[in-house]
Amino acid sequence: MKRIWRRFTSWLSSLRDLPKRWKGWKHFFRSIAKGLVSFVKWLVLPTNEKRAPIVTFGLMTLLVLLGFVYVYPFLYMIAYSFMGPEDIVNPLVRFVPSQIVFTNYIEATRTLNYTKNLGMSLLVSAVPSLFQVISTSLVAYALSRFQFPGKKVFFALILITFIVPSQITMIPTVITLTRIKLIDTIWTYVVMAAFGQGFRSAVFVLLFYQFFNQIPKSVEESAQIDGANPFVIFWKIGVPTAIPAYLLSFLLSFVWYYNETTLASIYLGNDLTTLVTQLLVFKSTYEALFSGQNINEAVYMAGTLMSILPLVVIFLVMQRFFVQGIDKAGITGE
Amino acid sequence: MNIGKRFSLRTTLKSLFPKNEGLHKNDFWLALVFASPWLIGFAAFAAYPIIQSFVFSFNNVTVTAAKGIIQQPVGWENYVNILTADPDFIDDLQSYLQQIIIYVPVIMVMSLLIALLLNSLKHGKGFFRTIFFLPVIIASGPVISLFISQGVTSFQGLEIDYAALSETVPAFLVGLIKTLITNFIVILWFSGIQTLVFLTGLQKLDKSMYEAAKIDGASSWECFWKITLPALNPVIVINVVFTVVIQSTFSLNPIISRITTDMYAVGKGYGYACAEAWVFFVVLLSVLALFVLIFKSKRIKRSYQLQ
Repeated sequence: MKRIWRRFTSWLSSLRDLPKRWKGWKHFFRSIAKGLVSFVKWLVLPTNEKRAPIVTFGLMTLLVLLGFVYVYPFLYMIAYSFMGPEDIVNPLVRFVPSQIVFTNYIEATRTLNYTKNLGMSLLVSAVPSLFQVISTSLVAYALSRFQFPGKKVFFALILITFIVPSQITMIPTVITLTRIKLIDTIWTYVVMAAFGQGFRSAVFVLLFYQFFNQIPKSVEESAQIDGANPFVIFWKIGVPTAIPAYLLSFLLSFVWYYNETTLASIYLGNDLTTLVTQLLVFKSTYEALFSGQNINEAVYMAGTLMSILPLVVIFLVMQRFFVQGIDKAGITGE
Repeated sequence: MNIGKRFSLRTTLKSLFPKNEGLHKNDFWLALVFASPWLIGFAAFAAYPIIQSFVFSFNNVTVTAAKGIIQQPVGWENYVNILTADPDFIDDLQSYLQQIIIYVPVIMVMSLLIALLLNSLKHGKGFFRTIFFLPVIIASGPVISLFISQGVTSFQGLEIDYAALSETVPAFLVGLIKTLITNFIVILWFSGIQTLVFLTGLQKLDKSMYEAAKIDGASSWECFWKITLPALNPVIVINVVFTVVIQSTFSLNPIISRITTDMYAVGKGYGYACAEAWVFFVVLLSVLALFVLIFKSKRIKRSYQLQ
């Protein structure tokens, strides 16, 4: 972009000199045309090292367009959430509200019972994620650093836990959990995560496996010669190597637990509500709370934004780790 | 023609879990210590429930507070009912198939395209990466269904007369087109993780290979098909498996919500829902096999082996 602009302005400034070297109209037009042709040539033809500037420009445009498509629903939601009731029915108001209304947010916060459910959401996402990360990293370490017969069967079992829909296992699991009196508490999540059967735990096993694979054999050998036992090696070498994986897994697991509604309603019961489960019953709660008032889209949008706000904040703060984690993993299979 | 060799559990597993050099030879007991939490969990929360639900699917299961679980063996009745006498389930299955057939290829192509675009950038990579990864935080939640119901996620202003279209094109295709257009942004939103995985794969490719190809007179187009795609093969398999499974087990998937509601439905209950889940599982497995087979094409495989 900058390159194209600089080239363009330099061509323009060369035009400024033209009147000084005036040699008649014919020469004037010819030199303009010449400049234009050389500019276009420079734009379209690649040099031996770099690609043609027009291609870069095109790629940039494509990316910006695609990026806009990605964030469009966000922008729409933010704009809508500030609209008053008049703006919503007014077909002329599409993106910019005629006046900014904050009552939507106040009503949405009350409907969601925000502070209580926010705490609950964070709790049921963070605690199981922590346990999930620990248990999956342990099994991944066993698979990665130890050779033993039947490893392929092990891999197949992990793949099975990933592929089998949770609907298949849900009912018997509920029965088991009821039997050991854990149902309708957060412990259902925690126990399953701690034993490596948390939500989508196979993904994390795979991720940790890739990370632990990157430890060179020689490092492990020298640690062993120095007298470290396998547990010390895991703690002193394995864990530090996989720090990005721990962060990424924790964040992904957090997001997935946070957003889960089906399992939440079944394992956690109806008394333990989170922001997203509350969002599902937003309409009825709102109508019960503000009797006589009909819910409008703006309040709904405000509620939606409020319910994902913690995730957006966490994402923006931690996005470096998200990207780093995937970057450093050898998922590419070297 | 050797389909069995091209697609098998073994090759898929090989892509997912590449070989490594572990130190401890035959240290079965030590490995068992590390893996024990997972194994216990697997037995209690995966193996046992899978077997139990298989048993349930051949029973009529009722749960009462007083007597606990009551099972009445009914043989194949649940399965027969699902496949012959339950139009709702077949409908949902069809709309699931429509969804997955559109979603998976579009997600794969779009995420690869975006990854290629991002990879070719010199500046602003981080910024765009953030934008393309941002939807991951919402795409797994109920918020997305809100978007769909608001119509935010479709191309606005693109009105297509589906009735007129269905006169010339088979109904199944019309359904596919409709799914694609009304859910385009949603599909894009589901491709966040895949994009990032592809991008990582691209960044790890050996630059010298491209230089050598350029010297031999290969164009960028040829480079893409002959170097980039074959080298990305393992990543493609990972992404296909990931996409199919995540999309199929997604809470808002029509078939998943049907199974969940049927659990408590009068006249259906646990046993019936379990049978439904198993029918769905078979469908899911065949879809997965189909996609892995398609994306792991023979040509790509062969050139990959040449390296």
